Amino acid sequence: MKVWHFSEMAYHPGWDQLGHSLRNSIPSRVADPKIVADLLNRYLDEWALCDELGINIMVNEHHASATCLDAVCTVPLAILARETKKVRLLCLGMPIANRYDAVRVAEEYSMIDVISRGRVEMGFVKGSPLEIAPANSSPVDLMERFWEAHDLILKAMTTQDGPFNWEGKFFHYRQVNVWPRPYQAPHPPVWITCGSQGTATVVAEKGYVIGVLNTGYTRTPGIFNAYRKRAAELGRAAAPDRFAYMALIGVGATKEEGYRRAHQIADYSRTTPRANGWDFDPPGYNPLPLSTKIMASAAAKGPGVSVFPVERRDGTRVDVTKATVDEFIDAGLVFAGTPDMVYDQMKEFYDHVGGFGHLLMMGQGGYISHAETVANLKLFSKEVLPRLSDLG
Amino acid sequence: MGRLEMRGASLELLSRGSGRPVLFLHAEEAFEQNLPFLERLAKKYRVIVPRHPGFGGSALPPEFRTVADLALLYLDLLDELELKDPILVGSSFGGWIATEMCVYSPERIARLVLVGSLGVKLGGREDRDFADIYFMPHEELRRRLYADPERWSPDFSKLSEADLQIAGRDRQSMAYFGWRPYMHNPLLRKWMHRVRMPTLLVWGEQDGFVSPAYAKSLAAALPQAELCTIAKAGHFPQIEQLEETVGVVESFIRS
Repeated sequence: MKVWHFSEMAYHPGWDQLGHSLRNSIPSRVADPKIVADLLNRYLDEWALCDELGINIMVNEHHASATCLDAVCTVPLAILARETKKVRLLCLGMPIANRYDAVRVAEEYSMIDVISRGRVEMGFVKGSPLEIAPANSSPVDLMERFWEAHDLILKAMTTQDGPFNWEGKFFHYRQVNVWPRPYQAPHPPVWITCGSQGTATVVAEKGYVIGVLNTGYTRTPGIFNAYRKRAAELGRAAAPDRFAYMALIGVGATKEEGYRRAHQIADYSRTTPRANGWDFDPPGYNPLPLSTKIMASAAAKGPGVSVFPVERRDGTRVDVTKATVDEFIDAGLVFAGTPDMVYDQMKEFYDHVGGFGHLLMMGQGGYISHAETVANLKLFSKEVLPRLSDLG
Repeated sequence: MGRLEMRGASLELLSRGSGRPVLFLHAEEAFEQNLPFLERLAKKYRVIVPRHPGFGGSALPPEFRTVADLALLYLDLLDELELKDPILVGSSFGGWIATEMCVYSPERIARLVLVGSLGVKLGGREDRDFADIYFMPHEELRRRLYADPERWSPDFSKLSEADLQIAGRDRQSMAYFGWRPYMHNPLLRKWMHRVRMPTLLVWGEQDGFVSPAYAKSLAAALPQAELCTIAKAGHFPQIEQLEETVGVVESFIRS
């Protein structure tokens, strides 16, 4: 089991002032660059500490958001390539259907892979619907563009014989020639995030690692099983290292301490609905049956339709804006408490979903302080991490 | 509604009346609400209404990518149906398609009627000629499209499941053709001189998607266009002010 520490680098000091939306339409004057500088450097320090703790590193990116100051995922990745020496560096990931220059993606990943001497894990993501407005990326043919970008990036990273031609539907180059080529051969491992069984089936055909975020207790088994089923049909074993699960983790010397940390980190989940309703359903992004439900609900001035539903084990819906740590634990999004409790919750979840080889640990989120984050990571590294070798 | 197979596109095709041919190119929504307008025109003219590929029950061939594909398809349709001296009437997205047809083959079109049309960007890079309909509250969008949304706007919460699926797909198809560049083809502006046939612009005074001020600029950019604004109408005057719109269109065709 590999563990990866993940933070969205939130600008929580602006949350109260910003009110109902933390994304896309919010004015940047709200964020004080001096406070942003302190926060970004602090979050980087927490990742750098992971090198000593044996916890790998995961970064991501969002745009125009007070929940995530990381607008360029390869910037922290590049810094950490120098600041760390041992752990692996995962970007989950690069929204390649929203990038107009796919070759540049290949160049960024290759350079960081070389600087880190082969420690990059290369994530490609569809990105959330909230990413459509900042990128002005056409949502209707997003996945078609995603797969063309994927094909081009991998060809660009693995071609060692000089320029090649690419005149596709979305990307046009006549002289693709990436220098330097990546350190790892033929290229860094590929990860793709999945929210549906359909995508899991496609990713299984490629044999990549699938990462699931916020799918919880009820939806994760179906996604992992779809991957396993397709891999088996193709005569391949789907080893645990093909599966990554993200959980918010608060660990403490006492249950209360662990819960207190998890409670603060869980503001990551509680803030997910805080955006303008229209940003969740750009036309063509969501499957048509979901999109039409959202249209009908908006017309009826209804309560809105969650694009990211979180469910308890009994299948009932959790109101993530108000959920307690216990409710999040029930939903499978949080593991919290003493090291024993965290291990037991993880073990139960692990068995429930048929195993996974990567724990994407959100060890920082929301208002949790630097000191508390460091304590959380250190205690996890000392008391939980050694026991995870029992699990795949 | 009939069906026509053309160039890989399977099109629903409505055909009514007889006389001089009128090709009506529909907008991105509210197709059904256009039927009274079309029935009125069909009393005097042969009215032909294709559902655009990707809209209604018409298939979208995967190789169709731009509005130019639709404009060229409908120029072929004029030949296929042997329509002589047709009058093109285009509403909103349909007006964009009609404008492209006129730029490519002005000799094929006798007269052009554009109702709240999209397609031609006239403002500068920081001006928004066409309201950003995908990034605003539902109620604001309804107010921008209809002077009286309570009466005329489709209510997605009351549609049958089948009609709701069509409305959702229509919304996706509009975005497919109009996402970027947004609701226009940058090529069109410099070729406006080719739209040389007599042209009528019909605009709702309360159009909040494409403003009446834009309509004035568009009229000035076209060689022989007159602008007629309709009171108490938003983006679809043919729906909200049927009699007045039928009157100005018929009078223009006769003139």
